Amino acid sequence: MANVKVSALHKHFGPVHAVRGIDLDIPDGEFTVLVGPSGCGKSTLLRTIAGLEEIDEGRIEIGGEIVNEMRPRDRDVAMVFQDYALYPHMTVFGNISLSLRARRMAKSEMEERVGRVADMLGIKSLLERYPRQLSGGQRQRVAIGRAIVRNPRVFLFDEPLSNLDAQLRDEMRGEIKRLHQEIATTMIYVTHDQVEAMTLADRIVLLRDGVIEQQGAPLDLFEQPTTLFVAGFLGSPRMNFVKGRLEGGPDGVAVKLNGGGPAWPLPRGRNPVLANGAEVIVGLRPEHVGRAGTGPAAQGFARVEAAIELVQPTGSRSYATFKLADQPVMAELQAHDISHAGERMCVDINLRRVSLFDPGTGKAL
Amino acid sequence: MKARLTPWKLGTRRLREGAVRIVIVGLFIMFVLVPLYWVIVTSIKPSKDYLTVPPVWFPAEPTLVHYTAALFSYRGLQGLINSLIISSAATLLSAVLGTMMAYSLARFRTGGQHLAFWVLSQRFLPPVAIVLPIFLLFRGWGLYDTHIGLILAYTFMTLPLSVWMMYAYFRQLPKSLEDAALVDGLSRWQAFRLVAVPLAAPGIAAAAVFIFISVWTEFFFALILTSRYAFTLPTIFRAFLGFQGAQYGEACALATTSLVPSIVLGMLVQRHLVRGLTLGALRG
Repeated sequence: MANVKVSALHKHFGPVHAVRGIDLDIPDGEFTVLVGPSGCGKSTLLRTIAGLEEIDEGRIEIGGEIVNEMRPRDRDVAMVFQDYALYPHMTVFGNISLSLRARRMAKSEMEERVGRVADMLGIKSLLERYPRQLSGGQRQRVAIGRAIVRNPRVFLFDEPLSNLDAQLRDEMRGEIKRLHQEIATTMIYVTHDQVEAMTLADRIVLLRDGVIEQQGAPLDLFEQPTTLFVAGFLGSPRMNFVKGRLEGGPDGVAVKLNGGGPAWPLPRGRNPVLANGAEVIVGLRPEHVGRAGTGPAAQGFARVEAAIELVQPTGSRSYATFKLADQPVMAELQAHDISHAGERMCVDINLRRVSLFDPGTGKAL
Repeated sequence: MKARLTPWKLGTRRLREGAVRIVIVGLFIMFVLVPLYWVIVTSIKPSKDYLTVPPVWFPAEPTLVHYTAALFSYRGLQGLINSLIISSAATLLSAVLGTMMAYSLARFRTGGQHLAFWVLSQRFLPPVAIVLPIFLLFRGWGLYDTHIGLILAYTFMTLPLSVWMMYAYFRQLPKSLEDAALVDGLSRWQAFRLVAVPLAAPGIAAAAVFIFISVWTEFFFALILTSRYAFTLPTIFRAFLGFQGAQYGEACALATTSLVPSIVLGMLVQRHLVRGLTLGALRG
């Protein structure tokens, strides 16, 4: 059990500046997910914490101890790899017990610990098998078993579920979360999948081009993205972005979309620091665009008429695409709200949940 | 229109393909096996049957007299023992050193991008270019006509080959297995010994077979660097083409004897050569 602190970390691979000055403070026992598009430096950051990559600048502390120069074996961290990295020439027992053998643990204690872990993961019957005789999900369990048998101070996961099929991935995701609840050890988890990030994390650290774009609790990032990039990255289907312009109105600030239509008054408290007439990007999550009720639009909602161009039913919901001021927008509707494309309907947009971004800097307003 | 194959047409086509295959394989077998057969049969023929026309396919009175002559009168047994000692030791040294050097080249990029190729380039040196300096050095160091001398010479001669073979092998082994071992608490040396080497076993076996065969059959260095004591099997064959004409029976007896270790070694490592150990290590 230990906290992990990364300060001003830099890492180059030849001409590529993969990690550009990252500061990160992960408290003991927290489940932190590093997420971002491929090439954002998340795996590199994880590997530097493991000690598998040397760092060029900065400092890494585990449990208050600077580990910059420490070999991986002395850091007392465990890692689960994307390709499982099971030793093919050893049985499941051999794979799980290797770290204990390396520490010259007594055989009886070793067997007891491996047995306990195998019980916990439901792989007790597989201990004598070789990795090639296991299915993908079983291999992943063995890889996790190999990590937890040691009681490390920190767990590192490098995209551990990306090789599994969708159903198994959901199942294993749940197991990893349960595992964290049971053993409450610090976990750092790398993924490019924003659903995994949202569901697993106590805290999401969103990386982009080697720097932290935003970090915080999943719902904070989801509801209050500080940049256009974060807003677009989290959420599926992704946030709609519509170009518009700020206008001063009788009741405060309003936003007018570029393609026409009435100006939408922004709820009180939203006073962007931009001048009247400034260009903005309006962010609308699909779930905040829904079918209008029978009465007039409620306070804080804007009603528009939509000609639906595309319908994508998922079973529980249907996603409908239409043009809002000549720009495509997706609405999340109840499954039976719409039957087919070409339909015209009224939709209400929840203005309280609208995000505004500066198109120049990409920052939230 | 696609021509339909009737069963009859299909039958003749198969027949024709089968016949072609048999002829090609048959020719190949003759090319390889007939000389081998001749060597083995000649080793048990009485001298009068050596070069008759038509040839004697199998002697009426097979004899082992050439074996005793080759092994004892011509010191074939001593040569065989020398060859076994020298080839095994050189193979072991070359495989062990080569594996460690190759691992270093493959995992740490030791010596930048050129060292690996420089090692291989040693192979381009014609042996005549270095045999004289080595001869003089060995005389000075007291290594001339010793087992150790020849073992060292062969180890360094075959190192480029074993380094290069193992370098190629390690480069295709997934690095994440060793990363896992390092995080699991193994030292670099343990990760090499417990993870990388077992996975590279098929490559090491293949390299060892190549090294052993090239050392076992080496003639030139053995001829120059040994004389009455540490001589190897190939150098004895000179004696069979002497003043009294060719000693076919003795030569073939010794040749047959020298086949045995290669065959045994091939059988021992065959399992390793074909086993795909990395299967199942990664996503599958």
